[in-house]
Amino acid sequence: MMTNYGNRMTQGQFSFLPDLTDEEISAQIKYALDNSWALNIEYTDDPHPRNTYWEMYGMPMFDMKDPAGVLMEINECRKTFPNHYIRVMASDATRGVESPKMSYIVNRPEKEPGYHLIREERDGRCQGYTIVPYSNDKPEGERY
Amino acid sequence: MADNEMKGKERYKSGVISYKKMGYWQPDYEPCATDVIAMFRLTAQDGVDPEEVAAGVAGESSTATWTVVWTDRLTACELYRAKCYRCDLVPNTGDGTDTEAQYFIYIAYDMDLFEGGSIANVTASIIGNVFGMKALKALRLEDMHFPVAYMKTFDGPATGIVVERERMDKFGRPLLGATTKPKLGLSGRNYGRVVYEALKGGLDFVKDDENINSQPFMHWRDRFLYCMEAVNKASAATGEIKGHYLNITAATMDEMIERAEFAKSLGSIIVMIDLVIGYTAIQTMAKWCRANDMILHLHRAGNSTYSRQKNHGMNFRVICKWMRMAGVDHIHAGTVVGKLEGDPLMIHGFYDVLRETHNPVNLPNGIFLEQDWASLNKVMPVASGGIHAGQMHQLLHHLGEDVVLQFGGGTIGHPDGIQAGAIANRVALEVMIQARNEGKDYLAEGPDILMKAAKTCSPLKAALTTWKDITFNYASTDTADFVPTATGSN
Repeated sequence: MMTNYGNRMTQGQFSFLPDLTDEEISAQIKYALDNSWALNIEYTDDPHPRNTYWEMYGMPMFDMKDPAGVLMEINECRKTFPNHYIRVMASDATRGVESPKMSYIVNRPEKEPGYHLIREERDGRCQGYTIVPYSNDKPEGERY
Repeated sequence: MADNEMKGKERYKSGVISYKKMGYWQPDYEPCATDVIAMFRLTAQDGVDPEEVAAGVAGESSTATWTVVWTDRLTACELYRAKCYRCDLVPNTGDGTDTEAQYFIYIAYDMDLFEGGSIANVTASIIGNVFGMKALKALRLEDMHFPVAYMKTFDGPATGIVVERERMDKFGRPLLGATTKPKLGLSGRNYGRVVYEALKGGLDFVKDDENINSQPFMHWRDRFLYCMEAVNKASAATGEIKGHYLNITAATMDEMIERAEFAKSLGSIIVMIDLVIGYTAIQTMAKWCRANDMILHLHRAGNSTYSRQKNHGMNFRVICKWMRMAGVDHIHAGTVVGKLEGDPLMIHGFYDVLRETHNPVNLPNGIFLEQDWASLNKVMPVASGGIHAGQMHQLLHHLGEDVVLQFGGGTIGHPDGIQAGAIANRVALEVMIQARNEGKDYLAEGPDILMKAAKTCSPLKAALTTWKDITFNYASTDTADFVPTATGSN
């Protein structure tokens, strides 16, 4: 059990708010589409802060213009991976950005056990730190 | 060619002739693509021809001395001579106003007058000795333009806004920070406590203050060790990447590099320097950070000694420009609403200099000269000093999302503790971003949006109650000379 605010992993734009409703998610999708950003959906059961590459749930939806279509994809992903972390990302192809502009979580496991901080004694009083999600003891796909 | 410029044998006769006659005043000159342009605000001594003083500034910041020298004729001196080509009376100064006459003067320098990639060299010319010339009462460097070819001789920020976000996995919202307080006196162990609580509560960064180096109460190595314990513990408590700006400012370059190396060996993602270390030291650390995958935070300690007064010194927008070229990733650039100097229009101008790929002329925001940034990375501005969660809608409106909002007192001074302070800031931020993205008029509805979120977040409620009436409404000293024109009125 995590002991921080909300007792949850807090990556993404809205992890300090109550879980977004479908209506609220659609409003965020619309914001991305209004900015001509491409949306994509990613899922993982390894919430390590430096796990950059979550699995892609299909290709980025470059040509999808309707928030309802994106929400449908999100719900498909939730159905397939009900106990995974799922995030929605929006990519901006503008020169000088060419990088994600949004990232927010739309699904998370019911129980989030958090992270183990492993200390390695080094020279002097230095320590090396390793962060491991407690759930990573199990293989991928069986963690939550 | 100016009527009164002298040429040939007559021009090089030994003795003293005016700077205008020496060729430093050329009202017909049209700047070319290889010219660096500097724009100053000039107040001449009483009774002195402003054009002659302007020519003097051009002369003394390029090739001239007080008397004619024949050795000019051994050089392509007409190219190397800087040329003042404009001298405009500043609006609302001079006869019939309360302010003595000031002039905006524009000077063009061939870029070969400057060593590539050296801020020290640029500044030695442009703000070298001209500010002390007897013929002028006051002088202020307002803006500069650099040709793309010269800009390309600088590395710029190694990380910058885009890569910093990718590296930290944080998108679509301002980053949140706090400066550890009290800034002096805490032991290493107590200091790290503040860092841990703030990061665990929900901030992305905590920061050393400008004057925390290695004092008797806390040796720098102690601070670094305890801060990294705090950062890693908070990362594990939240699942997020966190950081603490470790201030490596020290008496010598060797000492600074030693501190930077130690920060790196402990796994810190960011180090910090103060502006007072000087341009060469800043560029040295930028190169070091580029080679060591480290974000470089610059605290603008000292800038107000020369940037605040309107008639003399230099505008902060020029510091922003030089620092982007020098390659810092973060720089403090004002809050608009907080406790430190900052007219909204001027601050928008600073932020544009740091964050845009191209700056068109924008007189109301104080951008006098166009600038193409030649693909140099964008610098993350940092807003710090007297801001709190209750101002979140105003901060987002004025500063946008590519900014680090630093709530020092606004986190640590929270009645229910530091974690509660951090939670209040993060909830206020996320709810405001959500409202903005939903298309709400978040600036007008801001207080209501915050109050609604506070119903389910007691730390936010306490923050709003504690600081509800705190504002810093004082007149700015550094203000626009040109008012925005209402569109459609003519």
